Amino acid sequence: MKNIRAKDIIPVIADMCIEANHYLSLDMKERLDKAVESEESDIGKKILCQLQENLDIADKEKIPICQDTGMAVFFVDIGQDLHITDGLLSDAINEGVRKGYQEGYLRKSVVGDPIERVNTKDNTPAVIHYNIVAGDNLKITLAPKGFGSENMSKIFMLKPADGIEGVKNSILTAVREAGPNACPPMVVGVGIGGTFEKSALMAKEALTRNLNERSSIQWVKNLEEEMLEKINLLGIGPGGLGGTTTALAVNINTYATHIAGLPVAVNICCHVNRHVTRIM
Amino acid sequence: MEQRINTPITSDKISSLKSGDYCYITGEIFVARDAAHKRMSEALDKGQSLPIEIENACIYYMGPSPAREGRPIGSAGPTTASRMDKYAPRLLDLGLKAMIGKGKRSQEVIDAIVRNKAVYFAAVGGAGALLSKCIKTSEVITYDDLGAEAIRKLYVEDFPVIVVIDSQGNNLYETAIEKYKKI
Ligand code: SF4
Repeated sequence: MKNIRAKDIIPVIADMCIEANHYLSLDMKERLDKAVESEESDIGKKILCQLQENLDIADKEKIPICQDTGMAVFFVDIGQDLHITDGLLSDAINEGVRKGYQEGYLRKSVVGDPIERVNTKDNTPAVIHYNIVAGDNLKITLAPKGFGSENMSKIFMLKPADGIEGVKNSILTAVREAGPNACPPMVVGVGIGGTFEKSALMAKEALTRNLNERSSIQWVKNLEEEMLEKINLLGIGPGGLGGTTTALAVNINTYATHIAGLPVAVNICCHVNRHVTRIM
Repeated sequence: MEQRINTPITSDKISSLKSGDYCYITGEIFVARDAAHKRMSEALDKGQSLPIEIENACIYYMGPSPAREGRPIGSAGPTTASRMDKYAPRLLDLGLKAMIGKGKRSQEVIDAIVRNKAVYFAAVGGAGALLSKCIKTSEVITYDDLGAEAIRKLYVEDFPVIVVIDSQGNNLYETAIEKYKKI
């Protein structure tokens, strides 16, 4: 059995927080480059170029890509043969967030209670989703989530009879309503099936998938491609100021569901779709 | 059309701004977001005066990330303006002339913009590193206990914005989309 000390996880998490907020993954950058080529609106093109320049400045001058450095969302895969010693994993993750957000000059955007709304001043607690897997590795993915786009996300509890057309309408409705508020061009994460909460979790996790990787299920892959095309016909464009680049990608995850239901969750992310993964 | 704007923005300048114009702002602007707006509104409810000179002011809806040593500010892009919709008409009626944010506004805000001959600009959402380069000085002027949500005064140079809702109520978010909408 492999052992990892909780305190050795803290600096890794802190690094991840800083990295995620200053650099986007290559697939995100490539999509943006392509969009600059294909965008038909002049103002849209200008905005996309500013976004490229913004990424450059963030990287070179160590300024966060966006001032909303997000609520820290984690997906943690724990190998069932792994043992965390000398402390709790959740505590180590939160300690890492505290350290990373402090040392990385990241904004502390978390309030401790949804109604009393007092800032916790260290961006904790994080939102952590655990998954037990085979083996003895610890795989941690961090996706800091900004709330301009999070607030525009939606869940639709469709009827089975609504079928694939109902799913398509739900995705388009969410994107249309999000419009300029979600800082387009967006990345759209969708979860279809499962239960109420499972669909939302799948939609969130879909946002962390490489944008060049399509679903391995044929109908889902087709739906991802069709929805990206349709969303880009909505006219919303970069910054919501009109154009042909409204989304950079649509990633869809699916799961079994109940005979009576068809949950569809649409988690909207902005062009600052941040995520980093580390395996220990 | 491209326009250069100095603050405080004159009424003549505001009438010349048209939805879709690309503008560069130079001068002093205030920064306030959710918690600061709530507090200003509570102050007005209690009959107190506002902590900022609202007449002819420009408010940027923003909450920056912390500044590194030697820099005036951290990342500093716009936040979603609709969260301030509840408070904006009252401030516009008191003389607020310009707002900078991102995203849609309510009909009440649009009506107040037209009634008071004001303007709503969008800055590019998610371009906080780029926009921070146009901010030359930043000073917290009140509500410092609110941290990133405190009220600040900035001096900006050639700060890039786009006129979304002009003083006649034309709304770029609606007109521009129509042009590229194919479904
Ligand atoms: S929606 Fe994204 S890009 Fe826009 S302000 Fe929030 S985190 Fe930044």
